[in-house]
Amino acid sequence: MSGLLEVLQPGIGTTVQDRGRHGHRHHGLPLSGWLDAPLAQAANALLGNDLNAAVFELRGLGTVLRVQRGPVRVALAGPIGAQRVREDGARTPLPAWQTATLHEGQILQLGSADSGCAYLAVAGGITLAPAFGSRASYWRAGLCGVLGRAFQPGDVLPCGEAGSADPREWRYRSPWEPATGPIRVMSGPQDDHFTADALARFLAQAWQATPAQDRMGLRLQGEPLTHASAAAADIVSDGVTPGAIQVPANGQPIVLLADGQTVGGYPKIATVITADLPRLAHLRPGTRVRFVAVTAEQAHEALIAQHRRWQQWLTGREAFLPPGHIDEAALYSANLISGMLAGHPEEDRP
Amino acid sequence: MKPRLLALGDSAWTVEFGQTIDEASNARVMGLAGRIAAARQSEPLMHAVTDVVPTFRSLTVHFDPWTADAAALGRQLLSMAQEGPQICTQGRQWRLPVCFDDEFAPDLPRVCELKRLRRAEVIEQLLGARLRVYMLGFQPGFPYMGGLPPALHTPRLPSPRQKVPARSVAIALDMCSVYPWESPGGWNLLGRTPVVLFDPAQTEQPAMLAAGDEVRWVAVDRRTHDRLALEIADGLPRETFHHRADP
Repeated sequence: MSGLLEVLQPGIGTTVQDRGRHGHRHHGLPLSGWLDAPLAQAANALLGNDLNAAVFELRGLGTVLRVQRGPVRVALAGPIGAQRVREDGARTPLPAWQTATLHEGQILQLGSADSGCAYLAVAGGITLAPAFGSRASYWRAGLCGVLGRAFQPGDVLPCGEAGSADPREWRYRSPWEPATGPIRVMSGPQDDHFTADALARFLAQAWQATPAQDRMGLRLQGEPLTHASAAAADIVSDGVTPGAIQVPANGQPIVLLADGQTVGGYPKIATVITADLPRLAHLRPGTRVRFVAVTAEQAHEALIAQHRRWQQWLTGREAFLPPGHIDEAALYSANLISGMLAGHPEEDRP
Repeated sequence: MKPRLLALGDSAWTVEFGQTIDEASNARVMGLAGRIAAARQSEPLMHAVTDVVPTFRSLTVHFDPWTADAAALGRQLLSMAQEGPQICTQGRQWRLPVCFDDEFAPDLPRVCELKRLRRAEVIEQLLGARLRVYMLGFQPGFPYMGGLPPALHTPRLPSPRQKVPARSVAIALDMCSVYPWESPGGWNLLGRTPVVLFDPAQTEQPAMLAAGDEVRWVAVDRRTHDRLALEIADGLPRETFHHRADP
């Protein structure tokens, strides 16, 4: 039987995401999908889910969920605080980077995603009906989420799997550390629409992320970039992709993200490589960011290197028994079993 | 112009046939799109291709950066782009209803004034146009249609509207379109169609129009518009508006 999560408060910036909607961009349908794939998949891996199972993407704060049918095992990945509220109102922190089992009636209160993006996975994934091969929320086109719109109090989300006899929880030994240093880009496709000076300045300066950002795109601010001519500030719309860096006439770059449209009419000075796309989800307003140009070969090597590092990090996944849990197996093996083992053995009451 | 191959990051190639909007470039775009569609069935190199997106003057081919041989794929695309002669795939032809009720056409007076035309003349010009869908974009299902008569070429609104009602028929510069969704927008609103341009329930072909299609508008009065809107909501198939004949 599937678990059910009820939305008590939708909060801000919470959506359902998976790897996105490939193969429909010629209909004008954006790719969508999670902004930070390694982080989202880390949450799935912790639960033993299919790595591509749908998760909650948390980019704001204030989402509150209640287990309507459970238990539901969950895992948080990313820098975010959360609390579990028990039936009697008692609150305990629910740490990230480990799983926890929430019982029927318990409430999960999510704090704010400090870096701008975190993920909540549920055992078996969120099993809303997919549209065009994906469960990613894209409410502009009425796709997924509940009824194809933003969450509202009372909405109920099905989870793939309810309960598990295994009392063990899982955790990572350390948080996932994203790559550091300048964000890597490949030049173009319209780098020839800029002066040589503008191209140099694009790579030389530290850009500031502005509050004008959502899942469609991110506006940066800095010394404006000059187009080769006034006419070069516009192009006849052509294809774009997440990571493309458009520069309109005001010279301030706009980085497209997963929900970005499929075509665009501004010249693109450069495009962020796939390996560094996840980092774009964590540029809170005021954050400084630099870019560095790489070749296609370097982009490919970076993708493989990052994946290896991620897989290596995943091997730090370990099982543990939540605090306060009575280790029945140990008791059985120690031949000390009696009739007094009652209550909620899976509970992690301290 | 010789086709150019442009890298759009490490997961897409754009093949560019020109820098302006013209039928010849767009025909080459559609020709290449057709050849790629055929090659995807047979060529192993093409298996990594995920999306093929035609635009006015270029074709963007998205691929999986994990499995693709990007360099070889790029060479292959450029070679296919240079192939000739161009076989222009014939799109579908549509006759779509449009209602010019005052409530639906807030910018008709503006276009009349700017173009020094009477209301009936603007409508006549629009109904006479054979519009060609160059590409979809901006929003799911939003068609960029060329072929608007020069008499109707009108600049965008000085300041975009915060809310353009869904299914508004609009013009700007030399283009005509329909807003499938309520959204902000700066095009001149001349009428409304009861037709739903993007239907998520149609999983194979959610967007009604595709690049290469031809659209002609047919005027309907308000009662007919409202009746058609209800019938469409009740499941009237979009093929109702598909025009087959025209030898």
